[in-house]
Amino acid sequence: MLFGIHWDTSSDLAFAASILPILLRGMVITIEATVLGFFIALVLGLVLAVLKAAPTRIVSWPALVVTEFVRDTPLLVQLFFLYYVLPEYGIVLPAFLTGALALGVQYSAYTSEVYRAGLEAVNRGQHEAARALNLTTTRTFTHIVLPQAVPRVIPALGNYLVSIMKDVPVLSVVTVLEMLNVAKIIGDRTFNYMIPLSMVGGLYLILTILASAGVRYLDLKLPKIGIPLK
Amino acid sequence: MEWTSYLPPLLQGAWVTVQLTVYSTILGAVLAFAFGIGKLSNNWLIKGVSIGYIEIFRGTSLLVQLFWLYFALPIAGQAIGIDLRLPPVVAGVLALGLNIGAYGAEVVRGAIQAVPKDQYEAGRALNFTPRQAMWRIALPQAVPEMMPTFGNLAVQNLKDTALVSLISLGDLAFRAENIRNFTQDSTTVYTLVLFMYFGMALVLTAFMKIAERSVGRWKTAGR
Amino acid sequence: MSEPIIKFDKVVKRFGSVTVLNELDFSVSPGEKVTIIGPSGSGKSTVLRILMTLESINDGVVWVDGEPLWHEERGGKLQAASEKHMHRMREKLGMVFQQFNLFPHMTVRRNLTEAPIRVLKLSKKEARERADRLLEMVGLQDQADKYPHQLSGGQQQRVGIARACAMRPRIMLFDEPTSALDPELVGEVLNVIRNLAEEHDLTMLLVTHEMQFARQISDRVCFFDRGRICEEGPPSELFSEPKEARTKEFLRAVVDPDSAKGEKQASAEG
Ligand SMILES: Nc1ncnc2c1ncn2[C@@H]1O[C@H](COP(=O)(O)OP(=O)(O)OP(=O)(O)O)[C@@H](O)[C@H]1O
Ligand SMILES: [Mg+2]
Repeated sequence: MLFGIHWDTSSDLAFAASILPILLRGMVITIEATVLGFFIALVLGLVLAVLKAAPTRIVSWPALVVTEFVRDTPLLVQLFFLYYVLPEYGIVLPAFLTGALALGVQYSAYTSEVYRAGLEAVNRGQHEAARALNLTTTRTFTHIVLPQAVPRVIPALGNYLVSIMKDVPVLSVVTVLEMLNVAKIIGDRTFNYMIPLSMVGGLYLILTILASAGVRYLDLKLPKIGIPLK
Repeated sequence: MEWTSYLPPLLQGAWVTVQLTVYSTILGAVLAFAFGIGKLSNNWLIKGVSIGYIEIFRGTSLLVQLFWLYFALPIAGQAIGIDLRLPPVVAGVLALGLNIGAYGAEVVRGAIQAVPKDQYEAGRALNFTPRQAMWRIALPQAVPEMMPTFGNLAVQNLKDTALVSLISLGDLAFRAENIRNFTQDSTTVYTLVLFMYFGMALVLTAFMKIAERSVGRWKTAGR
Repeated sequence: MSEPIIKFDKVVKRFGSVTVLNELDFSVSPGEKVTIIGPSGSGKSTVLRILMTLESINDGVVWVDGEPLWHEERGGKLQAASEKHMHRMREKLGMVFQQFNLFPHMTVRRNLTEAPIRVLKLSKKEARERADRLLEMVGLQDQADKYPHQLSGGQQQRVGIARACAMRPRIMLFDEPTSALDPELVGEVLNVIRNLAEEHDLTMLLVTHEMQFARQISDRVCFFDRGRICEEGPPSELFSEPKEARTKEFLRAVVDPDSAKGEKQASAEG
């Protein structure tokens, strides 16, 4: 029994049918962790991207090193680090939040690169035109550069959403009850790993196919040249 | 406890990580070429198997694959009367290699398709067989194009090896967790381990850059 | 006159709904040097590409050296040829491409030895000797260890010609071999082709816009228009007194013998 739902081991088919609702409960957690982790990655990545683009090296260089460091070290170890080290400094977060934070930190290294490429792609001329119009730097950034950069980066960011989803099972090590952890527990208790683990594989395939189709749809639908200026 | 006393067990773990990375990257590269070329085959069976492999291993999570190989496969083996219990090392290398190979296969396919049609036509005009054209003309031109992405995948693979600690293989992440359990000195242990992974990634990146330069020598000849 | 070495018998070639070759009849005798001229899109390249088996045909029969190229006789009937048959037929043909199509990852010498070693199964030593002789013929003996990107366009095309010759084909196909070259490099390539043309047994089929050159080396010039031969004849006749209105129009547009300016322009475009 898990989440108050019993399983039926009378036959393979009955077993599979009875654990599906349990796995779907886990899937909800998986999706929640994905969305929260992605959101953190979007925000942190933007911060990193802006710091890396800073005109002084004192700011841009550390941001570059941090990006490289985060990108080159395993999510699992980063997660353990946050899970065990944060409480030592008085920050006690629920496992789910720590997990989402770890996902967000790991993927901020990737999203910051996407932002950078997107911002660079927006014509330098746009900056100059804005200056000629005497807009402030912040206004130029929020009203002219960002609206053009965003549609360009969304598909690439979307691909990372799919990657994050595939990394969520790592959170099982800090007891987050996402899909794989749920399947593992069912396996531990019934000694039948084959069915729950295979079902998780199948559910993952469905999720990634849907998510990838969504990303491709966005890629087709988004304006290629950016939102026209008012 | 002095942090230096953590080093010997951590270095032992790092050595396991290095071995896992090397073996699974080699396995991954072999699979990447086999199925990347397979996806371009005219034979529908080879093509279908290649597409299936690539989609399944890219579409599911590495940890799911690892658990499936380690926990579920033996049960499937039992059902048909074969002992499919894999030692953790084998399950680890297999899962890592199969996973990274699927990503690599797409890179291989893309690079081969990017070889200009002209080159195949020149090969045909010189009467090369399709197989010779692939091995002598297309692949040598495609490999340098694959190398930058292969470099990224190798680092990805190094990071992914940490997951095998979850099937109790004594790699770097596993040793770290043990020491933390024992000493509760998490800040020191994990900081140390993060830097060790970072160092290994830098070395691996440098190594891949050298490999990249050596397979693309002809591009820069005389410059 | 001897049996033709190349014979197109009512050959039809379509790309989708566009008919590029429309029941083309065309033949070439052994050792003959034939130049094909004609407006863009008239099907000149298509003829050469069909001969090199780079493009298939929709109808008709192409004969090369007495055998059908795209067909095999099985049970007294002509049927689609196997890869094996075409492999054997391709031994008779060599092709020089407009864009050279050298192998960028091989040195000049390996560009010349690779196919003789792998396809003709020559020993490394034989292939190397053959390559060095050919490089001398095209005047590039001192460039053997360079990579194609280190050479000028004219040098690359000379390697392209030497590479095709290394297979010792009986028929050489040239598809606008100087069109991709800067005007000052055209001459060196034409000289190499001219030397080849002096070999009596080599059959040559050349698509070019270099009218002056065509006049010098060809036994016959064919004017292609909309997938058919509109007019053909010895260069002296076809260039000096074309009979068809289309030919006259084309020649007037491309080459005006009375005005040096027009000719220069043609070779620059060419
Ligand atoms: N792969 C293809 N798919 C579709 N149409 C094609 C293809 N190759 C050639 N064609 C068409 O066939 C026609 C004849 O092409 P071909 O290359 O033989 O002309 P050409 O006489 O060599 O012209 P040019 O002087 O421009 O080289 C053209 O209209 C061309 O657009
Ligand atoms: Mg042409």
